[in-house]
Amino acid sequence: MDVRLSTEQRALRDTAVDLVDSLRPRSVIDLSDAERTARLEAAVASTGWRQLRDADEDGTPYASAVEVVLVAEELGRGLADVAFIGPTLAAELRRLAGVTAAASTETVAMKPDLSDIGLAGQPSTAVDAAGASSSMLLAAGELVAVSLGVTAEPLDLTRPHVAVPRDANAMPIGHSISTGALTKWTAFGLALTCADLVGVMRGATTLATDYAKVRKQYGAEIGSYQAVQHLLADAFVAMEGSHSAALHAAWAVDALPGDEALVAAAGAKAYCARAARMVCETAIQVHGGIGNTWECLAHVYLRRALVSIDLFGGVGPNLDRVLAHNLAGSRS
Amino acid sequence: MNFGDSPAEAAFRARLRAWLEDNNPGLPASSTSDEYWAGQAAWHQALYDGGFFGLSWPQEIGGQGLPTVYEVIVDDELAKAGAPPRPSLGYLVQGILHHGSEDVRARLLPGIVNGRDRWCQGFSEPEAGSDLASLRTTAVRDGEDYVITGHKVWTSYSDAADWCLVLARTDADVPKHKGISAFRVSMRQPGVVQKPLKMINGITREFGEVLFDRARTPAADMIGEPGEGWRLAMTVVGHEREPGELGYVARYRKVVKELAARVSESPDDYGPEQRRDLAWALVESEMLRQHVSRRLSDRLDGNSGGPEGSVDKLLMTQVEQSVGHAALSVGGASSSDDTWLKLYLYSRAQSVMGGTSQIQRNLVATRILGLPS
Repeated sequence: MDVRLSTEQRALRDTAVDLVDSLRPRSVIDLSDAERTARLEAAVASTGWRQLRDADEDGTPYASAVEVVLVAEELGRGLADVAFIGPTLAAELRRLAGVTAAASTETVAMKPDLSDIGLAGQPSTAVDAAGASSSMLLAAGELVAVSLGVTAEPLDLTRPHVAVPRDANAMPIGHSISTGALTKWTAFGLALTCADLVGVMRGATTLATDYAKVRKQYGAEIGSYQAVQHLLADAFVAMEGSHSAALHAAWAVDALPGDEALVAAAGAKAYCARAARMVCETAIQVHGGIGNTWECLAHVYLRRALVSIDLFGGVGPNLDRVLAHNLAGSRS
Repeated sequence: MNFGDSPAEAAFRARLRAWLEDNNPGLPASSTSDEYWAGQAAWHQALYDGGFFGLSWPQEIGGQGLPTVYEVIVDDELAKAGAPPRPSLGYLVQGILHHGSEDVRARLLPGIVNGRDRWCQGFSEPEAGSDLASLRTTAVRDGEDYVITGHKVWTSYSDAADWCLVLARTDADVPKHKGISAFRVSMRQPGVVQKPLKMINGITREFGEVLFDRARTPAADMIGEPGEGWRLAMTVVGHEREPGELGYVARYRKVVKELAARVSESPDDYGPEQRRDLAWALVESEMLRQHVSRRLSDRLDGNSGGPEGSVDKLLMTQVEQSVGHAALSVGGASSSDDTWLKLYLYSRAQSVMGGTSQIQRNLVATRILGLPS
């Protein structure tokens, strides 16, 4: 056991840190700076990060889930308004089904509550759909693709949703996907959303901590008061625990059998989901009145967290997964 | 990055698992029964003699010089076997290793590591809890000895201890942090009176107070230099905050496993609230295992001590109290078997011992987040 990042993994993370910090939105106004988002998109496209889970000749991915989550965490930290989770989930689905990689940018459509992959003939939601021309969903165990229409006003200001209507024209991709493969895909999706949440928590905690160091009330920085210090300390601690659980979930994706990877990821997700909402709410609280205005980035973190929490289920469904696994396990 | 076993680690795990089949003493949980404390010395010695204790400590003091991550394997297997956790005294060893002279390390540490010498830690006093530097116990030089007078309280393991690591004031004329020195003091002498304290869950053999009335200890048993006591104390409490040092992951996972087995046996007896409490305890104890793996891996780079210990302590506390709540919920407060009630009540101490959660939050805020103090 050695949970430290390898030299290559540290280099990848450092690259992601630099790229995100040079192009991330630093204010709510920045979110509508089309020139910046275009440069961010071009920079991410040139890294090949969205192809990390494409299959090589043997069907194994180019990179492990650990590399993928290192990128996802930095994108979450920086509120990067660029597609990553969606295309990466699509690539993983194709790889697990043994289908060749998509020719153009593609994402996945989820059930309207985002808890699982969408079904043809039912309404669904294409997630993280910036720049995507199509999304994948399931029709009787087969992978199908639908073209995407207009971007909806999103909950998440950094990753747009696209509604996929019930009667969308589903084009067969020509491969079925097994239950076992879907289990692995779900474990991967959970690990990926955990990483995004850890990044969001890190970013939101930093935002609020920086503010607490400069905002003065009663003649002193609010960060000098224990009441505020303890809120921020709890946020930091929740982020650290989440980080440990999320790293293990990512490692488990490629290292453990599907059902064990799923339970590891479900436990991590329950933990990260509860923590992330608390941390983002804390960031709003520490900002006081400003934190409740549109122009403060705190709600952008919260909104992004709410989507990542819902993807593959938040606290409740994942506690159920953990319980089902452990109660079955302790009976045998 | 790898959470899995290397071949050497897998072999060690298999050896430990086989050993536990014949050597699990089946003691009750440390937090619920005096029987555990009565059997703890024998368990410590058995673990040590089997080659499963003190793994990451230097060979000169009886350790095996293995990477720290081996402790995770020990905790895993103890929990799986339902065996008692490993004794929690790594923080004492670290304090003496870091601050003791070569002579002190060589004389004192092997007996602690092999479990033949029992130690307690005389830090807190009635008027010096969180504000430890205000302690009033004094040590006065008298020839080749120091003479110790004072009152220590909330002292874990004092009733079984042969020795006490005492913090005492040796210089009243310097700022309070600088006038403290650390000593090893024999508990078996006329000037020392040990009184058990009954904890809120009724156990009497873990917690005590110790009165020193002109107790004597050789000057050679001062640990560190005169005035180094505060720094030693910070090293000790720093490590006392690390779940990897304490081995508590095994304790939590053992309890959670027992609770899950209870619910599995008669699932219809447990409602959604109880299942949810159990699910959180499962999630939290698993998180702590992964967190300890991460922290102990960081130590492979030589990173240890530091304010991150406060993060670990807060996480560990959250887990212990979540497990306590699951025990209360699944076990029931008014059940005829009060094991679970005792376990829950014991869990309240975790946010106080080794530095309260409020002190830990102050440290995280000022020393990690850089907020003004």
